Amino acid sequence: MLSVKNIETWYDLIRALHGISFEIKQGDIVALLGSNGAGKTTTLKTIMRLLEDDQPEKGTIEFMGKRIDRMDTEEIVRLGISYVPEGREVFPELTVMENIQMGAYTRKDRQGIKDDIEGILKQFPILSERRNQQAGHLSGGEQQMLAIGRALMSRPKLLMLDEPSLGLSPLLTKEIFAIIQRINQEGVTILLVEQNVNMALKYSHYAFLMENGRIVRADKPEVLREDDDVKEFYLGIATETSAKGYKRYRRKVRFR
Amino acid sequence: MFEMLLIEGLAIGACYGLFGVAVAIIYKTSDVVNFAQGEMGMMSTFVAYHIMTAYGWPFYIAFPATLIFAILLGMAIEFCFLRPAKEPTVLGLLILTLGAEMLLMGLAGWKWGAEQKDFPFLLSVHKTVEIFPGFALNEWTIGVFVLTTVVMVLLFLFFRYSKLGIAMRATQQNENAAKIMGIKVERVFSITWGMSSLIGALAAMFFAARSVLDPNFMMEPFMRAFAAAVLGGLTSIPGVVIGGLILGIIENFFGYAWPEWKPIVAFVVIILIITVRPSGLFSKHYVKKV
Repeated sequence: MLSVKNIETWYDLIRALHGISFEIKQGDIVALLGSNGAGKTTTLKTIMRLLEDDQPEKGTIEFMGKRIDRMDTEEIVRLGISYVPEGREVFPELTVMENIQMGAYTRKDRQGIKDDIEGILKQFPILSERRNQQAGHLSGGEQQMLAIGRALMSRPKLLMLDEPSLGLSPLLTKEIFAIIQRINQEGVTILLVEQNVNMALKYSHYAFLMENGRIVRADKPEVLREDDDVKEFYLGIATETSAKGYKRYRRKVRFR
Repeated sequence: MFEMLLIEGLAIGACYGLFGVAVAIIYKTSDVVNFAQGEMGMMSTFVAYHIMTAYGWPFYIAFPATLIFAILLGMAIEFCFLRPAKEPTVLGLLILTLGAEMLLMGLAGWKWGAEQKDFPFLLSVHKTVEIFPGFALNEWTIGVFVLTTVVMVLLFLFFRYSKLGIAMRATQQNENAAKIMGIKVERVFSITWGMSSLIGALAAMFFAARSVLDPNFMMEPFMRAFAAAVLGGLTSIPGVVIGGLILGIIENFFGYAWPEWKPIVAFVVIILIITVRPSGLFSKHYVKKV
């Protein structure tokens, strides 16, 4: 469905993505994992074309057989990719309802929009309760639900979420992941960026591991969970001790 | 006497408020005080003057033509001056609007000359209408009140209920998120400048009808309107109009008591407000939650 081939993204003179390629199959939940600064968010922003106009410098991005790496963000939204940015980014002084309506900005069918708003409010009862409140006054979890609901309003085929669990309690994180799973079951493909590797591996069908702007692992979550590097660096289950009994903090990740 | 001073003050204040709204609309979206606002209005007024005197066309043709010109002028200035600025700082944008101001002033001086002209406006300050027995207002005052009310109501409806209006507010609050929703942010800026220029031109024509027309005539009204906007808090549109009304009344009463100090009042007001309440009287503050 989405195929990224060999893209390189630069921030001025710094190369943030060193030619990454991956593919996402329709109907999957795909997780993009990695530590801070690995390039996960940059990857999503590159796909959405939110960076400078001349990015990505190299490589192609295809969505449903169409090249999108030189399209405007607005056209990409129209094609059916929706993005929930890191940190929610709701419109703080618009009401919850107005926020949801803005999600359907690219659509013209009034009746369809009305039905979808009903659907979203049913799916997120808290939003229905707070529909006339300013979005900035919602709690973090409610804002996250609003951001997801808003992103769904454009009827995406692919939903990209950037750290949906950021700043949420474990219980709310679980709820958000359950919502993501439900959205997926309704037929939306999902690309998920997460720091919470444990949770992400639990819910995804496939996962990529990024480090320093490269993809270093790509496999099913069951396999990745057993991988020594992943275990040690991301899940925090250290096994290896040196001959002298020291813990080694940094082990080189082998690039595929 | 008191009522006359009050009404006169309210009328001129409404005019300041209207022009302040034009400043505030741009400030809200572009985060920059548009110092070319006065000259944009001046240019539009000159176009109206030109259509009426050079071509001899009547006011009811010149008026809509001028409004269309004002919209295009606003969009053109946004397109030519602000959009090309790459990763602009607020200070940089400010300088850009100052540059635009000087350019417009130079253009007007070159085309129409620096001598003062009478602006043939539909509504006169000297003709009075008796609204009900014993209570007469001049046409200009009535026009200002009607226009300000209409503009305010339309703006309220537009920003509250229309999809484009909500999208404009969304863009003001979070440009990045607006882009993600598929809102064409550049188009929103363009429309904002067009709208602001339109409102500015309306107010400028009223100012011209009251005083004279020359390339400098919008300097003072602009500064007063800016003071009104600061007084009202720059971000709240009704606040700006109320700020304008307050400023108009203060200025009129002050000017009656000590005429020689009249031009200074506006600036004293700005200084006082900025020291006491830097965000203005009516601005709403929103602090981002992490």
